[in-house]
This record gives sequence, structure tokens and C-alpha cells, in this order.
Amino acid sequence: MTATREDATHVGSTVEPGRGMHLTLRVWRQPNPSVKGKMVTYELDDISPDMSFLEMLDVLNEHIIMEGGDPVSFDHDCREGICGMCGVMINGMAHGPEQTTTCQLHMRSFKDGDTIDIEPWRATAFPVIKDLAVDRRAFDRIIQAGGYISAPTGTAPEAHSVPVPKKDADAAFDAATCIGCGACVAACPNASSMLFTAAKVSHLGLLPQGQPERNDRVVNMVAQQDREGFGGCTNIGECSAACPKGISMETISRLNHDLLGALRAGARPKS
Amino acid sequence: MAVSGIVMVLYLIVHMIGNLKAFSGAEAFNSYSGWIRTVGNPALPGATTLWVIRIVLLVAVVAHFWAAISLWRQAKRARPQGYVTKKPVAQSYASRTMRWGGVIVGLFIVYHVLDLTLGVANPEGYDSTPYERLVASFSNPFATAFYIIALVLLGMHLRHGIWSATQTLGQSNKRRERTVNAFALVFSVVLIGGFLLTPFAVLFGVID
Repeated sequence: MTATREDATHVGSTVEPGRGMHLTLRVWRQPNPSVKGKMVTYELDDISPDMSFLEMLDVLNEHIIMEGGDPVSFDHDCREGICGMCGVMINGMAHGPEQTTTCQLHMRSFKDGDTIDIEPWRATAFPVIKDLAVDRRAFDRIIQAGGYISAPTGTAPEAHSVPVPKKDADAAFDAATCIGCGACVAACPNASSMLFTAAKVSHLGLLPQGQPERNDRVVNMVAQQDREGFGGCTNIGECSAACPKGISMETISRLNHDLLGALRAGARPKS
Repeated sequence: MAVSGIVMVLYLIVHMIGNLKAFSGAEAFNSYSGWIRTVGNPALPGATTLWVIRIVLLVAVVAHFWAAISLWRQAKRARPQGYVTKKPVAQSYASRTMRWGGVIVGLFIVYHVLDLTLGVANPEGYDSTPYERLVASFSNPFATAFYIIALVLLGMHLRHGIWSATQTLGQSNKRRERTVNAFALVFSVVLIGGFLLTPFAVLFGVID
């Protein structure tokens, strides 16, 4: 298969012939991490505007399989916008033109005849596994470095015994809505994971239960994100604009505030 | 990045206000320049204060460049392979021009010191008064154009830099975000406006 329109794979219909959208897809194909990938063009007919973007990719794969080809690998799981697996770059924007996840993006956001470029997240810390699927385990390791609290086990404590101000609870919840999809890294010109780490740091650091590890948490999580090979934050704001949960730049300021406080208090990352 | 930037911004405020002495005439401007060299005398010998300022600024410039180059290299390492298609959604022109803008402003500062402080790159040479060098430099349209371009770039650099420093020092939040950005814009416009008054005054013959 080549990347020209003329020899593009032409695939059949899915809704009433002539009623759906015609799309030209340019998809990143890379069989494995050690091979250089390239954009491959596919023509797709009769796509319903009510389909989600992932359903459109499913249709593409059905046709590729029918023709004996290798289907496009892409990550997906819940398909209801809460698992964070389905991250792909669509026309140069993380999760496409709407501020949502790819599974919640619908084909009505595109026009009949559009050309759509689909690429994987690009970051050293998110190596491509195959085609559009990337390895996001770097995020898991950042969470392991400090995204926990120490709590005694046993019977659940009385909820009212630890009062949390409403403002803090709301801000902590906003940060906790992070689904770890990686759109912030993908959209960042520096490939920085600052918004993700900041969301995790804020989420626990704002609550009373998160206070004992607050200083160690921030220094260890920041040290881990550096070790993973993410870039540095220059406060451009692309991350927040791409975040399907709309996590604000405020969380980054909060991380920096915690980090400066922790360093002043003598907290140092575990090596 | 934030701390060295703040040091330089504080200096720029003083520098801009000092420049406005040019409107009080050659004598006032030259004696101001002389005063900077003798301030603190006789308690401090010679131009001690001036040299302290120069050393602090030099350290700030080096630290700022070092931090910027580290971030630049880190970003390159973090994404060696770019996107085939990438569409900016939120970034401002100011934030996009931080790196190359910073390099151009850095080169400008080198020329600026050679031109007006050392007089090496100035038609009047070193054996002239600061006021003569100022007028001579801004009478050259190319020097003036470079000055204006560098200053506008510096203004944009500050517009993003002030916001970014507030974030880096952990002093921003949702409520303050608008205020910080509005302040950054107004501050940059006023500061750069103050700097640009002098070359335009020379251009229109207000200062000669």
C-alpha cells in the first residue's frame, strides 16, 4: 500500500449507498517499534455521521480484514469516555477537533469529503507499539512514584470525622477526573507530562488524607516524570486545551507551589 | 527561568525610566549616566554599584540562557519524531516565539552594549557622551529598525514570560489567571512603549 490517493485501498459501503460520508483517511502504519512507519491512505464510503470515530475505524478495519490486510491497531476499552485508552492524534489535534475522547468524538464533527490524518501520540516516553497504539506505562510509573496515601485498613472510618472544605473537595475532584489518556503530552510542544503529574499531585495534595506524603509525593513524581524522558513545562497551555476533562493550568501552578515548598522543607527524591 | 527573568525585568523597569532622561536634554541624560558610575561614592570606591548590577545581570542572562537551552534540548529528546500534522489550539504567538525571540533579543543585547555602552559599534566611537551615541545610533535607520524589532520581540517575550513565571513559582490559580495575563499584557505594552519613545523621538527630531 502506498500513500497516494490513486492506489489507495477503496472500501465498500456501511449505510445506504450514497447517503453517508466519503472520507479520505491518512493513517500512520508501523508494524512494530523497530520499523520506520509511514502514512497510508484509505478511502472510505458511506460513513454515518452518527458513528463514533472508533466505529469509523472499526468499519475501516472490517474492510481491511475482508481484503486480507492487516487491520489498523488502535487502543480502546470502555468507549464511554472514562478509561483514557483511545488517544490518537486526529488532524493534528489530540482526540480531534472536539475537547473529548476519541470514542466520544462523532463523525458529524467532520464534513463529507474530508481528509483526516490519524497519528499516534508522539513522545519518547510513549513508544509506538504498533500503528496508533502507544505504550503509556510511563504514566503508571509516575503514579507509582507518589500517587498513593497511607491509610490504616479495617472498618471504614466515619466520613464526618475528617472534614474537607467544599472548595478543596471540588478542586481535588476536578484534578481527580484525569483519566491518564496522555492527550496533554501529545498536544504539548515540549512533550511534557506536567498537566498529568500536576493533576495527580493536586488530587491527593488537596485532601487531608494526602498530607502525610505531600512533600515526598511531589518531589518523587516530578523526578519520575523526568526519568521517563518527558519534556519540561513552559506553560504554553496546549495541554489544558486538549484535556478531555478540561483540567486547568491552575493544577500546574499548584504542583510548582508544592514542589518549591517541599524542596524548602528538605524533601529530596528517592534515587 | 522565572527567577533570572524577574531579575532582568526589574532591571528593565529602571533602564526604561532612566532612558526617559533623554527628554530632559543632553546634560540631564549625561549626568544621569555619570551618576550611575559614581552612586555610593565615596563610601564605595569607583563604579562599584554599576559593576554589581552588571555582574548580577550577567549571571541572570547566563542562567536564563542555560535554563532555556536545557528545556529546548529536553523537548527535542522528548519528541524526536514530530507529527505529520500538528495544529496549535491554545498557544499564543508570544509563547511560540519564546525561543527564537529570546535568541534574537540576546543578539540584540550584545549589539546594544557594543553600540551604546562601549561605543565600538557606534559612529561616534567611545570618546563621546552617552547622549551623542544615543542620537547617532537612532539616526541610523537600520540600527533603529533592529532596536524596534528586538523591543517588540522582548515585549512578547515578557507577555508570556510574566504569566509563565507566575505559574513556575506556583502563584497562579484559576481566579488570578485572567488578572496575571492582563497585567502581563499591560506591563509589556507600557514598558516597551517607554523604550520605544526614545528612538521615535530621534526619528521625528524631538531629540537631536
